[in-house]
This record gives sequence, C-alpha cells and structure tokens, in this order.
Amino acid sequence: MAGARSEAVLQRQAAQGKPNKYGVYKKIKKHWQFYLLVFAPLLYIAIFKYVPMFGVLIAFKEYNVVQGVFGSPWVGFKYFKQFFDTPFFWQYIKNTLGITLYGLIVGFPAPIVLALALNEIRNGWFKKSVQMVTYAPYFISTVIMVSIIIVNLSPHVGLFSNILTAFGVEPVDLMGKPELFKSIYVWSDVWQYTGYGAIIYIAALSGVNPDLYEAAKVDGATRLQKIVHIDIPSLVPVTVILLILNLGNVMSLGFEKIYLMQNPLNQTASEVISTYVYKVGLLGANFSFSAAIGLFNSVVNFVLLIVVNTAAKKLSSTSLW
Amino acid sequence: MGKRAIRESAADRLFIAAVYLFLTVVLCVILFPLLYILSASFSSPAAVTSGKVWLWPVDFSLEGYKAVFRNANILIGYGNSLFYAVFGTLVNVAMTVMIAYPLARKTFYGRGAIMFALAFTMFFDGGLIPNYLVVKSLGLLDTRLAMIVPGALAVFQVIVARTFFQTTIPDELAEAAEIDGCSDFKFMVNVVLPLSKPILAVMTLMYAVGHWNAYFNALIYLKNANLFPLQIFLRNILILNTVDPAMVANVNDLLVQQGLKDLLKYSLIVVSSAPVLIIYPFVQKHFVKGVMIGSLKG
Repeated sequence: MAGARSEAVLQRQAAQGKPNKYGVYKKIKKHWQFYLLVFAPLLYIAIFKYVPMFGVLIAFKEYNVVQGVFGSPWVGFKYFKQFFDTPFFWQYIKNTLGITLYGLIVGFPAPIVLALALNEIRNGWFKKSVQMVTYAPYFISTVIMVSIIIVNLSPHVGLFSNILTAFGVEPVDLMGKPELFKSIYVWSDVWQYTGYGAIIYIAALSGVNPDLYEAAKVDGATRLQKIVHIDIPSLVPVTVILLILNLGNVMSLGFEKIYLMQNPLNQTASEVISTYVYKVGLLGANFSFSAAIGLFNSVVNFVLLIVVNTAAKKLSSTSLW
Repeated sequence: MGKRAIRESAADRLFIAAVYLFLTVVLCVILFPLLYILSASFSSPAAVTSGKVWLWPVDFSLEGYKAVFRNANILIGYGNSLFYAVFGTLVNVAMTVMIAYPLARKTFYGRGAIMFALAFTMFFDGGLIPNYLVVKSLGLLDTRLAMIVPGALAVFQVIVARTFFQTTIPDELAEAAEIDGCSDFKFMVNVVLPLSKPILAVMTLMYAVGHWNAYFNALIYLKNANLFPLQIFLRNILILNTVDPAMVANVNDLLVQQGLKDLLKYSLIVVSSAPVLIIYPFVQKHFVKGVMIGSLKG
C-alpha cells in the first residue's frame, strides 16, 4: 500500500516535471472539478467587475439608451473638459482631499496608539472589555451612525446640547455649520473605526519575539523605551502597507456617510466628488458626464497608488508588490 | 508573571497608570453616546425633550418603542432586511468558498492568472454609472435579486479564505486523499469545510452584517417601497425626518407629539442595531481571528 502510494507520487512528479501542452491538458482534466467550482464566481467577476471597466467607455461618448454603450457616438474628452470647467470643480476636489487627508492625519495614527496602549496592560477583564467595547461601533450601520451624530448634535434634544446647556452656553445647530463639517465627519469616523483598525496592529504586536522584551528588561529599559525601540519598529511593515493603501484612496471618499450627513446649510463643505457623481449621474440622468468624473477619480487613485508604492519600495523596502 | 525578577521603577508605574487612565477615557468616550441613546429610548418623551436624561432612563416608559412598532414600514423593512441578509449571505459564502478553495491548491492550473484578475479589481473599479448600467441591462433593477447578485462576492473575503485554506490544510493531506481516489470536490466537502469552521463563521458574520447595514444598493437599484430594506426606512425617518403620522397619531397635544417624534428616533436606533449587537459578543473571538488571518496576507 505504502509502496504503491510513493510510486504514484513519483509518477505524478514526473508528469509535473515536463510542462508541455499535453501536460497542461492533463492537469486540467485531472482537476476538472476545480474549474467547475470556479465557473460561477469567475462569471460574476467578469460581469460585475470587468464589464463595468469597459463600460467606462461611455465617458468618451454621448451615451444614449437606444444606441447603448458601443453604439453611442464618440465625443472624446468633451465631458472631462466640462467637468474641469465646472465652477465648483476646485471646491469639490478641495472638499474631497480635505476630508480624506484630515481623516488620514487623525484617523491613521489613532489605532496604532490604541494598540500600543492595549499591548502594555495585562490580559484580564479590563483589557477584554476595552477591546470588546472599542470594536463594537464598527458594526453600526452608516445610516444609524449618521443618525447618532445628528441626534446627539441636534440643538434641542441632543447629548451635546445638554452638555452645552449645562455649561450655560446656548446650543447651536452644529450640523448646519460648514466650517465644522470636516471635523464632525473625521472624529465620528475615529470614534467608529479606531477599535477595529487596532486589531491588525495588536496582531502584529503579539508576534514580537518575547526574548526582545527580556533582553530589554535585563538592560534596564523603561516601558516607554521598549515601546519606542521594540514595539514601534515591529509595526513598521504593516503600517507602511496600510499607509500605501490609504494614500492610494485619497480621492475616493466613500459616498454613503457623506451623502447622509449633507444638508442645505453645510453644502459648501460637504459636496464631494462621489456625491456629485451620484447627483449628476443618477438623479440628473447625465450618464456620460458622471462616468467621466468617476473615471477621472479612478485614474488619479490608481496613479497615486503606483507612485506611493514605488516611493515606499525605495524608502523602506516594504511595498504592495 | 513569576518571572518578573526586576521590580518596576517609579517612572514605569506612573507610565502604566497613564496607560490605564487613557484606556478608561477611551472606554467612556465610546460607551457614553451608546448608553445615552439606550437610556433615552427608555425614557418618557418629556424627559428627553427637556434634556433630563444623562446616563440612566428618566421616567421609564416604552412609549418610544410603541411608536416604532405602530409603523408598518419598519416591519416590512425588518422582514426584507432579514431576507436579504439570509439569502445574500448564503450566496456570498458559497461563492467565496467555490473560488477560494481551488485558488489555495497548487494543483489548480491557472491560479496565478485568476489571482491577478481578482486582485486587480480591488484597485480599479468601473465606477457608479457603468455598474448601474450593467445591473440595468441584466433586468435586475427593482427586483430582490438586485440586492443579492451585484454583491455576490467580495474579493477581500476570497483572499482571506484562501490564506486560511493554504495555512490550515497541508498539501500533503490533499495529495494523500487524491491518491486514495478521493475527488477534489469530495475532499473539499468532507475534509476542508469541517476544518474551516472559524473562517466560515467570520465570513458569515462579515457578509451578514454587510447585508444588514447596506443601504446604497437599495438607494440606487430599488424604487418599489415593498422591497426596501430597513436601512432605507431608517434614513427616511431618522435623517430626512419624515415621521409617519400614524406613529404619533394617538397623541393630540402638539408639544407631546414633537417629544414623541424625538423619542422614537432613539428607540428606532436601538431596535435596528439590536440584532447585530446581540450576536456580536458571541462571535467576537472568531471575528478578531478572521481579521488577523486577513492581515497576514496584507
């Protein structure tokens, strides 16, 4: 039995050693069930991921329903020009970048700080409760999250106005102030996602070799020194990867939360590219114009990702590819 | 702890005290708004409007909850969301396993190319309008399928599951099974899946929460209010502030009516978040594990 098994392995290895056309066919035939399994998922990817990529062609066309994506007449860069000439073009770019960069500056280090702090304390009920409570807001839906913001900040019943009133300050409608919009958006994100974001860093910290701490203790290092010289360096690779991914996304600010937070009063600060795409495209039925803006956005992101990744490769030898 | 031969210095003890203080503040900042909403939802309309609620319910009452369940839309939305979450998650998990398992096997010829094709979609996306046009041309607009099919698979979950299969199911095991005449399909169902319960649990949780919380697809693909998920009704009531008159119909006094309108928002937030937050503590461990598996691969 054992002999037969090793013979079969040898045969198979011999077959794998000679990659020719016949070999490939044989391999596929032998594992035909794999191809049956991946058929439906691949079909999905083709239809819902790759077909839309070709659908961006309408950005260069005068799309109409009758002629469809391929039949509609070419207009070249007309819609891109139209977008760049929009009086609000710079305002939308500024709002988008302003919110994402602000979010990155505040929101990116927050999970690292939380993970470092949690790593300092002993495993026990306190640590467990902090983890459990800080992860929980991640599961709150965007609609509920925005409602919590609106309700808590509302001038007549909210928690925040209660606090203001307690200090003798007249409550104001904070959601209606354009200058506060970015801060409300970013800090509520910090509230919701810091705990979840910390998990990945906690995982990285738990992988640190305990010998390093022992050695540091023997050398008389303080806790702070251990954080600076052991913990933080061990977080660098995962931090760089996450930073690359985030920087490659600065132009794509999620639509859901910002759209829900918009109101006529804060419009000047809250109109961003994704909400504009939705309004012109689906509400205004101007498909080509909207697709052009979307494509512009994707291309900027893609280029940024490549630039940042190349820079990271040069500077720190950690990169996505 | 017995190994701690060298006693901590005063500076270190001060430092650790600061860490505890910091974490306590974080804990309070996150808990306080949640507790406030919970307490307010169980208070009387008057107590909420006059700002008497701080940490505990004032004049305990269930008026808010009664008002919520007077609205038929909430029940319709609850039912629809449940439907989308159950069937959507079933499709998601099946599809994810179907592609993630072959991708984890070295004997699957062409897996490199397929992996690249998948990963590429994470960085380049057709955008809102082209996606909408695909859904439209397939005739899915305004059907229940529009809530399930366009999001049938998340590439990120495929990568997580594939990493899990690769690290927990050794190639030798699959080879041995193959030699014994076990087909790939049989091996997957009888060996791989029973060994992969943790990742299946995480995947189910992540997909189910995603379905329960989703509102964007419904916003763009659905017009028929009978198909709306809960989140759309929530948006109408909580954010657009359109309260169904039936919910406050039994109250004649305008001032009390306004108070009830405010109160029922708190109750509604609790009612709609409850399913997810009740399940959460039970799956927390698995879910942390799942995120960590995902992070291994980056």
